[in-house]
Amino acid sequence: MTDVTPSALGPVGSAARLSAMEARLKKRHRSEVWFKAQGLMAITVAMVFLVVLVGRIVGQGYTTFQTHTLSMPVYLNPERIDASDLEGVNYDYIVAEATMKKLGVQDDDLGTTSGKVMDLISRDFGFQLLNQLKADKSLIGKTVTVTGPFKADADLYFKGQIKRSTAQEDRKLDDQQLDWLDQMKKDGSVKSGFNFAFFTNSDSTEPEQAGVLGAVVGSAMMLLITALIAVPVGVMAAVYLEEFAAKNRWTDVIEVNINNLAAVPSIVYGLLGLALFINWLHVPRSSPLVGGLVLALMALPTVIIATRSALKAVPPSIREAALGVGASKTQTVFHHVLPLAMPGVMTGAILSLAHALGETAPLLMIGMVSFVPGVPEGFTGAATVLPVQVFIWENASERAFHERTAGAIIVLLVFMIVMNAAAVILRRRFERRW
Amino acid sequence: MLIWLSLLFLALFSSVAFMLGRGRAVKTAGGVARVLHSLPGYYGTYAALWAGVPAALLLLLGAMFGGRVEDAMLQAQRPAVVRALAVDRQAVFFSDAQAIASGIAPSEIAYEGELKAALDIKVAEAQRVDALIRYSVLALAGVLALAGFLLAFPRLSADFRARNRVEGWVGGLLLTCSIAAVLTTVGILMSLVWESWRFFQTVSPISFLLGTEWNPQIAMRADQVAATGAFGAVPLFAGTFLIMLIAMAVAAPVGLYSAIYLSEYASRPVRATIKPLLEILAGVPTVVYGFFAALTVGPLFRAFFNGIGAAMAGGPFPGVADYLMQVQNQMALVAGVVMGIMLIPFVSSLSDDIINAVPQTLRDGSYAMGATKSETVKRVVLPAALPGIMAAMLLAVSRAVGETMIVTMAAGLQAKLTANPLDTVTTVTVQIVTLLTGDQEFDSAKTLSAFGLGLTLFVVTLGLNIIALRIVQKYREQYD
Amino acid sequence: MPPASPDDSVSAPKIKTAAPRSYAPAASSEIKIHAKDVNVFYGDKQALFDVNIDIPAKSVTAFIGPSGCGKSTFLRCINRMNDTIPTAKVSGVIEIDGQDVNLKSVDPVVLRSRVGMVFQKPNPFPKTIFENVAYGPRIHGLATGKAELEAIVESSLKKAGLWNEVADRLHQPGTGLSGGQQQRLVIARAIAVGPEVILMDEPCSALDPIATARIEELIDELRSQFCIVIVTHSMAQAARVSQKTAFFHLGKLVESGSTEDMFTNPRDTRTQDYITGRFG
Repeated sequence: MTDVTPSALGPVGSAARLSAMEARLKKRHRSEVWFKAQGLMAITVAMVFLVVLVGRIVGQGYTTFQTHTLSMPVYLNPERIDASDLEGVNYDYIVAEATMKKLGVQDDDLGTTSGKVMDLISRDFGFQLLNQLKADKSLIGKTVTVTGPFKADADLYFKGQIKRSTAQEDRKLDDQQLDWLDQMKKDGSVKSGFNFAFFTNSDSTEPEQAGVLGAVVGSAMMLLITALIAVPVGVMAAVYLEEFAAKNRWTDVIEVNINNLAAVPSIVYGLLGLALFINWLHVPRSSPLVGGLVLALMALPTVIIATRSALKAVPPSIREAALGVGASKTQTVFHHVLPLAMPGVMTGAILSLAHALGETAPLLMIGMVSFVPGVPEGFTGAATVLPVQVFIWENASERAFHERTAGAIIVLLVFMIVMNAAAVILRRRFERRW
Repeated sequence: MLIWLSLLFLALFSSVAFMLGRGRAVKTAGGVARVLHSLPGYYGTYAALWAGVPAALLLLLGAMFGGRVEDAMLQAQRPAVVRALAVDRQAVFFSDAQAIASGIAPSEIAYEGELKAALDIKVAEAQRVDALIRYSVLALAGVLALAGFLLAFPRLSADFRARNRVEGWVGGLLLTCSIAAVLTTVGILMSLVWESWRFFQTVSPISFLLGTEWNPQIAMRADQVAATGAFGAVPLFAGTFLIMLIAMAVAAPVGLYSAIYLSEYASRPVRATIKPLLEILAGVPTVVYGFFAALTVGPLFRAFFNGIGAAMAGGPFPGVADYLMQVQNQMALVAGVVMGIMLIPFVSSLSDDIINAVPQTLRDGSYAMGATKSETVKRVVLPAALPGIMAAMLLAVSRAVGETMIVTMAAGLQAKLTANPLDTVTTVTVQIVTLLTGDQEFDSAKTLSAFGLGLTLFVVTLGLNIIALRIVQKYREQYD
Repeated sequence: MPPASPDDSVSAPKIKTAAPRSYAPAASSEIKIHAKDVNVFYGDKQALFDVNIDIPAKSVTAFIGPSGCGKSTFLRCINRMNDTIPTAKVSGVIEIDGQDVNLKSVDPVVLRSRVGMVFQKPNPFPKTIFENVAYGPRIHGLATGKAELEAIVESSLKKAGLWNEVADRLHQPGTGLSGGQQQRLVIARAIAVGPEVILMDEPCSALDPIATARIEELIDELRSQFCIVIVTHSMAQAARVSQKTAFFHLGKLVESGSTEDMFTNPRDTRTQDYITGRFG
């Protein structure tokens, strides 16, 4: 022990040793502070991203839930209405006439004014007139008061998203149209209120008439199929692997396989659905059935993994107790282990369904990206779902659709938050610590 | 409709079988249930299973594959007039025949003369075949149900081990379900390999994997058969790689440092607040990130670079200034950064798990030597966690490579071989989506190439996942 | 080798209160660590009650007592390892060479370079043997060059009695050694920083009897250079290696004194009961 270098391991507390340490100490503490700051910055960056993401979407989308409606008397001019062919009547022009009368302007020969007016008022007025006349033909020649939405651009002006200060060429509406809108607002026939139509309408080519009902129903139907397949099959598969299967190479292969399936890109499941379900089994394209099947295959591995970990958490003593009183293996599992694992199983199932609810890419492969103007007619009818609706609207060029895209995202996120909250509550409420 | 009705009927039959089976068991025991080997219900269930399950399986198989059998029977004989048609027109001919037979609107093609006559024959045949398959399946199901019941019923007696038999059925059901997971993989592989194999018959795998020009539209023109070079996927691989690199450049440091901060520095309340918030970020659907990229980040970056370009105008690098002023919304950088944001919670939660698995004794050992927290993290915890963190990064890379919506909405469609993050690039997943949405014609190289891309994507991500999961498993074992 | 410090305050009466009898050290050994009214709380739970003890330099002091009696807790106060537990709160005075370690101005990093620690389970870093021992000198900047670092590693391994066994495989992972070797490696790692005090928290509880004997031998050798405090479950071990023994029970220091006295003539009935195996 004589070969120790004195400066390094000299007498305890020696001046040399202390000064060597002192010199480094400041630097070391600085680097400590810096390292901690880096971690804090990373967290801050992540949180800023979250705030910006949510903030932007809410900021862009909340106006969707507000809308402006116009109430005005419409004279059902018998000259323009052929009682024998109600479908063939040009209601839009009747509405335009009523609006021009209200605004006190005259149409010119080219129909420029009526055209400009029609750019402001939704075609929904025309549909309402048609329906009223269909119900009661005696209305012809009378004046009825109709309440309906504006066209999306006019609505955006009322919401302040189209501004008069913008150069006329750069906005959809010219100064005259803005004057008319101001005039209508001033005489009190414009009301703003909650946009119920957004929740009672389905997709439409007209932004002001487009709503999420069809997509919500489509999502619900598809998710039902997914849940009916993925949850029972996944739970039973997990029960087999965790409780019954012998540990051998075969079950190892299944296990590795399941873990890998959980990480396969979702778009690959879309390709599988296209080749297997549509081309080979002739399941109808664009239907909730085929979408549900594809998402069920996608959710299956995550349900299995969640169920297995819930089963693992049930202590062996429970199994031994049941077997000890003479229950069979099957009875042990189905009477004791599975019921005890159920909260964990359901939590996992809900989380994987929430994930499936937000999935888009595989559905594009199986034709769900088509325009579906109504509520799906059944499990084999054409349907669209919320995330795909978001994708379709995002691609639309009209600015009003961007607002609606963000609105649909808010609806989608609310559904996902509800599902996640349900999972969290389930976990908190029934979680058992062994 | 018929299938639902027959399934309902079958269910009724099964319930009757249940009652009869239970009744017989109780009767053989002389009305004393205690004498029975199993509870009476098990005897009933045994009879009901044999009566119901085989027939139900047959009905379902018939519903799934009846159409295919019908196709095959119908197309077995092709009249000469039909054979004279082009292959895809032949397919339309048969699908029209079936459509007319089942009363659905056929295609708009007009059939005349001999073709019309052939069509009428086939329509009649289709109706005949359809009825044949339908009723033979029904009849067979009926026979199976009855046979099953007759097989099971006489066996029921007091000594019969009904519970064990029923549990055997349950075990079989469970096994079938777990095989479903394996079948999914087989299905993925089969469908990808099969369609890709058809694709590689027109385009050689080498020119697909090594070609540098991607332009699938060429193959659509009738006069130009899928020329080699049009399906060179290298630009797509390059685009995917570039976006993946950008995403990892964002996600890896932010995610890893977040994980370190959360597991080593943050107090319990901070951790309890931040972790759920990160989970929200992880739960946001990718289409939402795509929307964010396309309508917020894209315009923002464009404005930023255009602004820099404008500021540089007249400066020493006129080329750069011009270029920056013309940068568009769709660029690799936007897609990459947003994808990176999406991956932050993924990287952070995986790394958090890995770091927490490093035993506390190692940290204590380091602190006891007089190491500071950061020295402990950098010199002891991270080296110990390195394999696990590498695996987490590989999983994140696999996610980035397979991510679809963000790139579809924000990266662009132009297949370019470039390393410039401000340029618009396209990725494997974007091309799969564009090739397969909208009007499709099957059997065209254009459509099939999507499966070639899909197979490549699957192989690459599967490879990454297998390696990563293997490493994680080894790592866990080390500290268990 | 300094003689075992004899306890010359035998005249003190037997007391059964919680307050321990103050220990008057042998004239030959100076006091290294002085603790006064040390209380430790984990959250709301009090783990240590008013501990007062003097620990002599260049000798081995053993802490004994049943599980959960607070002996490890007190040990972790000496190098402020309790700082790493967020809920832990320490009050009272612990002085090393007259300097209070709990003062805000005392840098735990510096403190721990003077007070090394060896844990229950051998915890070599997942690095090479060389890197394990070089870790401390590296972070504290104790070596100015490669040669000096190698010299420190060699001398530390020699002091820990491990050099002959690992000289030819310094660059293989430390985790590949046997349990006893790992524990000596960890001791070498602690020595390499040049501490004055070495705290050992049940260093042999995970080892077989042969490896234990080897460590005990080592502790006895190291006594000439360091103040060693060892927590142990084994009374036999305390009797074999220590010169002074302190008995903890339910968070209180019941009694302390020269090891010989404690084992032959315990003053407190609880000590007596524990030593004779009636509880614990």
